[in-house]
Amino acid sequence: MKVTVKLFASFQAGRFNKEIRDYPDQTSIGSIVQELNIPEEEVGILLLNAVHADLGQSLKDGDIVAIFPLVGGG
Amino acid sequence: MASLQTFLKEKAVGGLVSWQLQQSAAEKFQLTVAEVEIVILQAELLPARYQRNQQMISTAQQLKLLQSHVAVVGCGGLGGHIIEELARLGVGQIVAIDPDVFEEHNLNRQLLSSIELLGTSKTDAAVQRIAEINPAVRVRPINVAFGKENGRDMLKDVDLVIDAVDNVPTRLELAEVSCQLNVPLVHGAIAGWYGQVLTVYPGEDTLQKLYAKWTDGKGIEAKLGNPSFTPAVAASLQVAEACKLLLGLGGTLRKRMLSVNLLDMQFDEIPL
Repeated sequence: MKVTVKLFASFQAGRFNKEIRDYPDQTSIGSIVQELNIPEEEVGILLLNAVHADLGQSLKDGDIVAIFPLVGGG
Repeated sequence: MASLQTFLKEKAVGGLVSWQLQQSAAEKFQLTVAEVEIVILQAELLPARYQRNQQMISTAQQLKLLQSHVAVVGCGGLGGHIIEELARLGVGQIVAIDPDVFEEHNLNRQLLSSIELLGTSKTDAAVQRIAEINPAVRVRPINVAFGKENGRDMLKDVDLVIDAVDNVPTRLELAEVSCQLNVPLVHGAIAGWYGQVLTVYPGEDTLQKLYAKWTDGKGIEAKLGNPSFTPAVAASLQVAEACKLLLGLGGTLRKRMLSVNLLDMQFDEIPL
């Protein structure tokens, strides 16, 4: 299946901003985060088709996933 | 007050009251410059310092700002810029909350820091700086860390809270206390080239949603640090939100977070 993955802020560095990627059916958001070597504790917001999602949610063809880092400085 | 009004109206030039005139009126009538400023604005005159505010902020709105009370929690990277911008805008009462003193690693970005003030408390520096810029603004310094226990007292009577703290747990407590007190909260956070701003109205849990995945520790700022410009950008966006909330103007970042990426100059909205 094809999933559009959008990365934001520091997650773009050394990776990409937006890509349509191929994954086996039922791949979870967590596996994509792992595959991209994004440390789980750095993940702030996950959006699946513009709705808040969790790492455990599995994906279907055509889904759009957005991954934002956790920003906490002042 | 009628004689003060008459005095001001006689001496004002083109509807403007110079700082010198404001000061001499305070001396003559034995009032504070803040008290005189209220009478100036009530008389539909304008302190000369606010001339360039006028195309966007009316005299009545300037009076509203002068009578507003805003808490700034954190007086570091974000907070320094926020306090200065609020004071220049003409917000009359600011509560500045921070437990820390200035250290050398603050000098790259914290507006209120200077070599001379290393070792000085950030809240005292805020009082000193604002006294130099706009003595009609009262800054109440609280040199203690904000927490759920003491927070209600710190935020007593404020119209608005601005989040300029540097860690997630304090932010969550701040959101909780602001909600209990029925006060809107303008959130800002930064890390390296990146920043984010969100406005939380009482009864909304958007900040909790934003940090729902946080378990412990810092965000990406621990790796990325903070340069001079990111706090200034995020702080200015927060003060723009604060100005609109105090005056009931425009559209705010309600239930949508603005995510700022200064490395690629991308501005994205995240629904919350």
